[in-house]
Amino acid sequence: MRKDILQKPKSFYDTFFRKPGANPQSTHYCPGCGHGVIHKLIAEAMDDFGIQERTIMISPVGCSVFAYYYFDCGNVQAAHGRAPAIATGLKRALPDSIVISYQGDGDLAGIGGNNILQAANRGENITVIFVNNAIYGMTGAQMAPTTLVGQKTTTTPLGRSVENEGYPLRMSELLATLKAPVYIERVAITDAKHVMQARKAIRKAIQNQIEGRGFSMVEALSPCPTGWGVTPCEAKKWVAEVMAEYFKLGVYKDKNGTPQNGESPPPGAKREIVTTKKEILALLGAKEEATDHKFTQLQAGENYQNPRIKIAGFGGQGVLLLGRLLSEAAMLSDYHTTWLPSYGPEMRGGTAHCHVNISNKRIGSPLVSEADVLFAMNLPSLDKFENEVRKGGVIFVNSSLIQRRVKRKDVEAVYVPATGIADNLGQTKSANMVMLGAYAGYTGLLSLKSILAAAESVVKRKEFKKVNEKAIKTGMEFVRNRKVKRSESVVELH
Amino acid sequence: MSKLFIKGNEAVIKGAVLAGCRAFYGYPITPASEIAEAAAKYFPQVGSTFLQGESEVASINMVYGAASAGQRAMTASSGPGISLKQEGISYSAGAELPLVVIDVMRGGPGLGNIAPEQGDYNQIVKGGGHGNYKLIVLAPNCAQEMCDLTMLAFELADRYRIPVVVLTDGFVGQMMEPVELPEPVTEFPQKTWIVDGTAKTSRNLISSIELEPEDLEKHNLKLQEKYKKISKAEVRYEEIQTDDAELILMGYGIVSRVLQSVVEEARSRGLRAGLLRPITLWPFPAKRIQELSGAAKLFFVSEMSNGQMVDDVRLALEGRRPTRFYGRMGGVVPTTGEILEQVKKIFHELRT
Ligand SMILES: Cc1ncc(C[n+]2csc(CCOP(=O)(O)OP(=O)(O)O)c2C)c(N)n1
Ligand code: SF4
Repeated sequence: MRKDILQKPKSFYDTFFRKPGANPQSTHYCPGCGHGVIHKLIAEAMDDFGIQERTIMISPVGCSVFAYYYFDCGNVQAAHGRAPAIATGLKRALPDSIVISYQGDGDLAGIGGNNILQAANRGENITVIFVNNAIYGMTGAQMAPTTLVGQKTTTTPLGRSVENEGYPLRMSELLATLKAPVYIERVAITDAKHVMQARKAIRKAIQNQIEGRGFSMVEALSPCPTGWGVTPCEAKKWVAEVMAEYFKLGVYKDKNGTPQNGESPPPGAKREIVTTKKEILALLGAKEEATDHKFTQLQAGENYQNPRIKIAGFGGQGVLLLGRLLSEAAMLSDYHTTWLPSYGPEMRGGTAHCHVNISNKRIGSPLVSEADVLFAMNLPSLDKFENEVRKGGVIFVNSSLIQRRVKRKDVEAVYVPATGIADNLGQTKSANMVMLGAYAGYTGLLSLKSILAAAESVVKRKEFKKVNEKAIKTGMEFVRNRKVKRSESVVELH
Repeated sequence: MSKLFIKGNEAVIKGAVLAGCRAFYGYPITPASEIAEAAAKYFPQVGSTFLQGESEVASINMVYGAASAGQRAMTASSGPGISLKQEGISYSAGAELPLVVIDVMRGGPGLGNIAPEQGDYNQIVKGGGHGNYKLIVLAPNCAQEMCDLTMLAFELADRYRIPVVVLTDGFVGQMMEPVELPEPVTEFPQKTWIVDGTAKTSRNLISSIELEPEDLEKHNLKLQEKYKKISKAEVRYEEIQTDDAELILMGYGIVSRVLQSVVEEARSRGLRAGLLRPITLWPFPAKRIQELSGAAKLFFVSEMSNGQMVDDVRLALEGRRPTRFYGRMGGVVPTTGEILEQVKKIFHELRT
């Protein structure tokens, strides 16, 4: 122990000031534990590479939870198994830092199995030091995913059995099947020769990160004399003779120099980055106040003011879009407005509806339970919602698809052959636009200009612009022309 | 500035960009997915990180890492995903990391459904993770507030070194409304406690572990001190016609919008009802409730849950006034009409 302290690397604290208790000079690890040796190899590498100040050490949950007692660098403590995820967040925030994810086998191969797998697969430019001692040291020698078959632990008192617990996980082999990792090696903390090999591997894994090469992992088979209930000497022997038999030492992956198989990853999409206040606001869609985008509010009849609107039809009829355009036009005319869609499985069932509110006042509930206006684009919608319209409300009926009349006698029914009109215009899909025009023409609440501006801002595809405009205007003219001749029962006022 | 007509979920990300958020780590879930989608679209364009993590557990820990490095960082999810994030939230509270979590609530328990609900109140406001911690909880009820309160969330998180949750529901997330974008934030607080891979911070430690009971108690006491300070300074709420109200209606999120309509309807019938809407669910406007309990005879609480916030109303009232609870669950949103019926009944009782 004394000898260790004399040779303490600079990247260790002089005295372990964070360590509680009487002895701030020695570590908390048991005599003969592999963790202390591995710590020292890392600290020496940090010294030699001159990266002490830019290193961030992640202490896991496990016996090495107190790694931060020792490493004189930035320290972050992690939840059990999550070190690779935390390393991802750190490294992506700080590409110039050196992030070391130090993990035990319970941590890495057990609870954090998916975290290490995914970080490796993403090729995070981090260094992982994986301490495999075939046991849960900290909690009192329970079984780990790496516990050998037949090995006795406090939760496998008769020894690990394949039938009950399966085979020990070989993480290095597993992760080496992935494309992204650049370097994976398994070493053993046993005799001087093997420790030298471990030293080399750890340095390489750190060097790779310094050079920005990607994900590296060193798995160190590590003695845990306490957990195994043996002497330090016996522990080393067991690592060398038993563990290393199942967990074969060696390099499992090394993309030496050039990317493996001469393959280089396909380049990702490059994007311009905006930074100024003005650019950011523009990116998010904010426009400086444009006078031509404010439209005067029209004086609609009292029955048509502050409408609560329900729009329903089958998927593909553009029911949601119709609602959005109503809201958008209302917003451009300085009304308060809300648009609430049906979402999720309901939509997959083939029907869609949305709720729109337009008001002079701040809007309370966006949910339209009693509608002032109903758009029924197909028969099921009329059947379902006819009775939810308030007395005196208006129902717009797509009479091309709905053969029956509105049953209620206390509402206004406006029959518009929207699909037929749209067909004649050569675009069946614009039936929703015909209805929109009909609504504007009939109620007089929204100006044509505001609706066209709304359509222009929402419907981005240029080829629809013309036909939509035509459909909106045709719908508008349709009800206007008919209004004069109400007796023809195109518009019925009961 | 012109207004944008956008979903609440999109407004969250626009607010986050304006607040200088530098990293988003998330995992898709309805009805919160548009938040991740908007982040994927905008974040890279302002030089910020967007990454879809392998799970909610991973995402919150990536945010933990980013926040440790000093970045403004966030994640978003809904009930089932929030349950998974609780581990990371508890660790963040313990390590005093400023970060922002958006919870767009859906129906539960279990997989439940994707319709709007408010059953996460207890797991967020009362702490679904382990330990003696509190989170600042903001409850927007419109798209504009989804933007504004997300920005505020980052401010408060940094000011107090605390995780902040924006707790909302499927309707507020999915609904589109006009939103006016605030100016981008350009000044950010100095953080000396972070670990950012430089000599200045290389002696810092981000951690939630304290081995000695006395030390951990000290740490906990320090946290409680901080919570006390927040309780004093950061209570936010909105009131509508409470001045002369005999009946105070209380609800948050989408329900508060329904209650606003109920108040209008009740008033038009000569019934003196008013609305108290908590904007911060923690700290809770307990003091304001006590003040209103002088004139008001009864408190009516509505939630899309089995009655979770109502417990806090009762605690605040300390038996001074009776409460009534009206809840819908499973994704059923109460209508103005059905609550108005309840309110009329209560007034009838109050009169007789
Ligand atoms: C979520 C969670 N589950 C369980 C624990 C308890 N626990 C602490 S350390 C540990 C095992 C660590 O074993 P390993 O990763 O092999 O490290 P070692 O102690 O052997 O170095 C466990 C299960 C915990 N802290 N957190
Ligand atoms: S229990 Fe094992 S791993 Fe833990 S410190 Fe002791 S020897 Fe090391």
